[in-house]
Amino acid sequence: MARKASAAKAASAKAKTPGGGKNVGPVRRTFAPWNDPAAKPFILFENVTKRFGDFVAVKNLTLGIHEREFFSLLGPSGCGKTTLLRMLAGFETPSEGRILLDGQDVSTVPPYRRPVNMMFQSYALFPHMNVADNIAFGLKQDKMPKGEIADRVDEMLKLVKLEPFKTRKPHQLSGGQRQRVALARSIAKRPKVLLLDEPLGALDKKLREQTQFELTDLQQQLGLTFLIVTHDQEEAMTVSDRIAVMDHGEIVQVATPAEIYEYPNSRYVADFIGDINLIEGTVASVRSGKVTVDTPDAGKLVVQQDIAADVGQKAWIAIRPEKVRIGLGKPAARTPNVMRGEVWDIGYLGDVSTYHVRLPAGTTVKALQANATRLVERPITWDEQVYLSFAPDGAVVLLS
Amino acid sequence: MAAHQDRAGRRLVILVPYLWLLVFFLVPFLIVVKISLSQIAISMPPYIPTFSLAEGWAGLVDAFRQFSFDNYLWLTEDDLYIRSYLSSLWIALVSTLIALLVGYPIAYGMARAPSHWRPTLLMLVILPFWTSFLIRVYAWIGILKPEGLLTVILQTVGLLSPDEQVRILNTNTAVYIGIVYSYLPFMVLPLYSALEKMDGSLLEAAEDLGCHPLKAFWVITFPLSIPGVVAGCFLVFIPAVGEFVIPDLLGGSQTLMIGKTLWAEFFSNRDWPVSSAVAVILLLVLIVPIVAFQRAQQRAHEREAG
Repeated sequence: MARKASAAKAASAKAKTPGGGKNVGPVRRTFAPWNDPAAKPFILFENVTKRFGDFVAVKNLTLGIHEREFFSLLGPSGCGKTTLLRMLAGFETPSEGRILLDGQDVSTVPPYRRPVNMMFQSYALFPHMNVADNIAFGLKQDKMPKGEIADRVDEMLKLVKLEPFKTRKPHQLSGGQRQRVALARSIAKRPKVLLLDEPLGALDKKLREQTQFELTDLQQQLGLTFLIVTHDQEEAMTVSDRIAVMDHGEIVQVATPAEIYEYPNSRYVADFIGDINLIEGTVASVRSGKVTVDTPDAGKLVVQQDIAADVGQKAWIAIRPEKVRIGLGKPAARTPNVMRGEVWDIGYLGDVSTYHVRLPAGTTVKALQANATRLVERPITWDEQVYLSFAPDGAVVLLS
Repeated sequence: MAAHQDRAGRRLVILVPYLWLLVFFLVPFLIVVKISLSQIAISMPPYIPTFSLAEGWAGLVDAFRQFSFDNYLWLTEDDLYIRSYLSSLWIALVSTLIALLVGYPIAYGMARAPSHWRPTLLMLVILPFWTSFLIRVYAWIGILKPEGLLTVILQTVGLLSPDEQVRILNTNTAVYIGIVYSYLPFMVLPLYSALEKMDGSLLEAAEDLGCHPLKAFWVITFPLSIPGVVAGCFLVFIPAVGEFVIPDLLGGSQTLMIGKTLWAEFFSNRDWPVSSAVAVILLLVLIVPIVAFQRAQQRAHEREAG
C-alpha cells in the first residue's frame, strides 16, 4: 500500500512539473507557503469546536490552509473530518471559535453566500435535470447572462470530457461519469475553495487512481484551493500538498505526504499511513542526535534522531517494512541494529515479497524485499532463522 | 417434466387475479351494460327484456333485438345528467386542489420530521380509517350544523355574535370540506412517500451552489415530488367524482353530483336502465384519468428502475 502510494506521489510530482498550468511548472517544487512565517493562511480554523448534543465532533481545532494548496483531511470515520468540511461549506455552525476565509469571518454566513463549493460524496446530482442543467445550476443562481452560462457549461464539459453527454440525465450515466458531472458542477462557479467529500469513494480502484491524477492536474490548471476529506491514505498521499491526520475531533499531525510517511509523530499516524513495524522498548540513552532503545526482542537498537526523551521512558521504534533488510547470513560485525528471528509467513506479491519474521520476544517484523531476480526456489523460506537489520536513519522513535 | 409443471403453476398463479377480475368486475359490468340497453317496465326485475334459458336460442336472439340506446339518448335530452356530470367533475377538481394544498404541507412536515417520529405521524394519518367512513361524515354534520360545534366555538372565541350561526351544512362548501377531509390520507400518503425518499444532500447542493432555501424548494423539492402529486391527485379525484354519501349527507338540495343523481334514479324512480346508463357513462368519463394515472405510475416506475 504505502509503497504504491509513494510511487504514485513521485509520478504525480513528475506529471505536475512539465505541463501543468502557465504560472506553475518549476515553481511547484518549492510550493511550501506553510514554511513561510509571513504567509497568511487563506482558510483559518481558529479554536473551532463543534458539539452535537453531548458528542464533541471537533475539539478546539486550529488549522491554516494556504491559497492554491491541495489539502487533505485524513482519518477514520467519525474523526470529525467531514464536520470540519461542512462547517467551511456552511452546513454546520461552529459551537465555539471562528472560521476565516481570505481574512473574513464566515462562521455565520449561510452556505448560499459563501464563495466555496462542495462536491458531495453522493454527488447529489439533480435527478430531474440533464448534465448541462446540473452544471449550469450554480451559474443561474448568480444571474449570469445566458450566453456566458452556455459558454461556461461547454468549457466545463470539455474539461471533464463529457461533451457527448450534455443532454443525458444523471441516471443514464455511469458512476465515473456522474463523478465528473459533480466535479464540473462544483467548479463551474470558480469558487475560491473547492471542498471534496470522499470524492472518489464510489469509484472502482482503477478509475480512482486515474481520477486522482486528473484531480491534481485540474487543481493546477485552475489554481484553486482544494480541501479534500478522505479515509483513504493512499488517495491522500497521491493528491495532497499537505495532509492533516485526524482522530477523535483533533488533528494529530499536519505535514507533507513524505514527512507524514517518514516522520510520523505518533503510533496512530504511523499506523494509519502505510504499513509499519513497531518494536516496543525503553529509552536507554539519548545523546548527540542518537537514541538508543532497549528492546526485549533485539536488545539495544540505535536510531539517528533528535528527540527530547528521558532515559527509562517507554518508546517504540517505528520502521517501514521496505527499510528492513533480511538475509540468511550473519551481517558484518559492525552492522548496527541486527535482529534475529524466524520466518513465520511469506507474502509473495510477484514484484515484492513480504517476510513476516517473529522476534524472540514475540513481536512480528515485516521485511519487504523486491524480487530482483526470478526466484524459482526462494532463498529464504518458512521456519528459517534469518537476520534482520536496519540503518539508524531509516527508523524513528515514537514516544506516544 | 419439472419445467412443465413449473410453467403450469405459473399460469395458475397469473390466472387467479384474472379470474377474480372476470367474476367480480367484468361480469357485473356486463350485466350493468345489458340493463342499460333495456327498457323500464313494471315487473320483476323492473326492465325488459330478460333472458330466460327456457326460450332457448330464439329467445336470446329476440332479446338482443329488443336492445336499444334509448337510455343513452335520454341522458343527452335531459340536461340534468350533463349538469350532474360537469358539476361532479368540478367539485372533484376543486376538492382535489384543496386536498393538495392542505396535504402537501402535512406530507412535507412528516417527511422532514425526525425519523423516530415518522411512524407515529404516519399512524395518525391512517388512524381515521379505523372508524367507519359513514360515522365520520355524520360527525361533520354535528360540527357544521347551525347549532353545531363550529358555531359554539366561534361564538365562544367571539368571532360570531351569540345570535349568529354558521351556515355551512347543506351547501357545496360542506361537500368540499367532507371530500377534502375524507380523501386527505390518499393525498398525503403518496406525497409523503415521494418526499421522504428525496436525498437531503440535493438541497444542500442547491444551497451550496448559491440557491436560497426557499427557492430550492421550488426548483428541487417540488419537481422531484411531482410523481407523488400526480398519484395523490388521481387517488382523490377519481373516487370523488362518483362520491354519493358526502353530497347526500352534507350537501344541500342544490348540490348536484352524479352519484346522487344515480341514486335517485335507481331508488326513487326505480329506473334501473337509465341509472345503469348513467353508471356506464360515468365509467367511460373516469377511464380517461384512470389510464392517465396508470401511465404516469408506469413512467415513474421506469424512471426509478433506470
